[in-house]
Amino acid sequence: MSFLLKCPNCGERSVDEFRFGGEVVSRPAPGAAESDWSSYFYFRPNAAGVQQEWWNHRYGCGRWFYALRDTTANAVQTTFWPGQPPPSEQP
Amino acid sequence: MFQLFRKNRMWRARPLKSRYRVVIIGGGVHGLSTAYYLTKLGVKDIAVFDKGYLGGGASARTTAIIRSNYLTPEGIPFFDQSVKLYEGLAKELNFNLLFNQMGRLDLGHTDAAVYALRMRTEFNRILGVDSRMIGPAEIKRLVPSMTLREGLPYPIIGALYHPPCGVIRHDAVVWGFGRGADRGGAELHPFTAVTAIDRANGRVTGVETGRGRVEAEIVLNATAGWSSDVARLAGVDLPLTTHPLQAMVTEPLKPFLDKTISSANLHAYVYQTDRGEVVIGGGVDPYPSYSMRSALLPMEQLAGHTLEMFPCLSNVKVLRQWAGLCDMTPDYAPIMGAVDGLDGFILSCGWGSWGFKAAPAAGRNIAALIATGNTPDIIKPFALSRFHQGRLVNERAAAPAAAIH
Ligand SMILES: Cc1cc2nc3c(=O)[nH]c(=O)nc-3n(C[C@H](O)[C@H](O)[C@H](O)COP(=O)(O)OP(=O)(O)OC[C@H]3O[C@@H](n4cnc5c(N)ncnc54)[C@H](O)[C@@H]3O)c2cc1C
Ligand SMILES: [Zn+2]
Repeated sequence: MSFLLKCPNCGERSVDEFRFGGEVVSRPAPGAAESDWSSYFYFRPNAAGVQQEWWNHRYGCGRWFYALRDTTANAVQTTFWPGQPPPSEQP
Repeated sequence: MFQLFRKNRMWRARPLKSRYRVVIIGGGVHGLSTAYYLTKLGVKDIAVFDKGYLGGGASARTTAIIRSNYLTPEGIPFFDQSVKLYEGLAKELNFNLLFNQMGRLDLGHTDAAVYALRMRTEFNRILGVDSRMIGPAEIKRLVPSMTLREGLPYPIIGALYHPPCGVIRHDAVVWGFGRGADRGGAELHPFTAVTAIDRANGRVTGVETGRGRVEAEIVLNATAGWSSDVARLAGVDLPLTTHPLQAMVTEPLKPFLDKTISSANLHAYVYQTDRGEVVIGGGVDPYPSYSMRSALLPMEQLAGHTLEMFPCLSNVKVLRQWAGLCDMTPDYAPIMGAVDGLDGFILSCGWGSWGFKAAPAAGRNIAALIATGNTPDIIKPFALSRFHQGRLVNERAAAPAAAIH
């Protein structure tokens, strides 16, 4: 099912302009156990519900950003730049 | 005489008991196949739970291509066993499955693709699977309606020909396994969602359902696209992402194509059904989703890519399109077997966009694991633990980029 994504730079565009970059997961510390690394590489929550994802505006400004998307309805709740809190939590 | 007026049911509706030896979550082709083979091994105290109607998940949406021309030494014998079981399945289940082994061509448009197909062909042959490389003249003879794209970009310069590949009436496979399991003593409970999995002392002890709690010694997760959430009920993480896969079918035409055609370069596969319709499918959507609605862009791409091979279809109308959920694994191979650290919890998932063909072999071997406690050698390489041991089964290269069905 198609949907719209709001690039924080360019505004709302069709999902076909974007590349999906995977669910956001945190990278283990350099000395972490091997199983932490295999979890980081391969295992994902993959929940039917809201997840935080990487997206890249491939056929636009080329920048990477975060989206909170409900995977059951493809409803994008919000998009924001890495390193910043989601807009709802911004002061 | 009265028989004529009696509703013949494929399986019985039964009250829920408070305990079963085996609970199977998911009444798709995999859950039902496992239930069927368990009853054949004498394990009859089984309940299959599905949150919807039986066979309403990916098993209802599959394009049902069955083949064994895979790439890895683990995958080829496993899928080969499954194709052989399918060859005898209509007789075994006493149900007409309309299995049509029409043969398949995997097209190569570049030297690199032909090299990869040749390697696959050799691995197939070493392991006794009927595959061979053919050139343009034989391709033309087998599929006269297809353009070889001479003088165009990406001409068809070779193909992996795999004669045993076939297409089956997928609903009948589900119904046949369901009826066989019911007759063998298993209980099938549609419209019964599993909402929790109970555990104690490192083992599963039962499940909560929308109709009440039941105890169980063994719980099998056979929920394909929904496997991640179901496994999480048991505290188990899985390396899956759920992607929609789209397909469509055209209005019926006179017979013009009697092979399954797949092109990894064009991200599309095509065959004509016994009813004359042309079935078209491709790769999964490029982002995960639990939505089963189809989208215009992938449809346009599929149609466009199909016309690159079959310009003769340019005025043909699309009758239906749909999407189903695929539980994709990082190595494009399934996950079967027990789970370290949680006794009694068994997985049959990671069936992605390729799992329909595997149902008889997976069901039979997982049934053997449940009945005996020992994992049959043929499914050992597919354990969940492979992802922590760095022993992936790299099946992806069996079809670079797409068309892995
Ligand atoms: C468009 C499309 C084309 C395909 N083409 C091919 C092909 O050509 N060849 C091939 O081999 N494979 C193909 N596949 C893949 C194949 O269809 C699937 O791998 C296979 O059908 C999976 O069967 P299953 O029984 O594991 O899952 P499903 O049939 O999806 O069954 C899982 C069941 O679990 C139930 N469930 C989920 N959560 C719960 C819960 N909490 N409680 C109870 N029940 C639950 C669901 O309702 C569902 O019925 C295709 C898939 C799609 C979508
Ligand atoms: Zn942009």
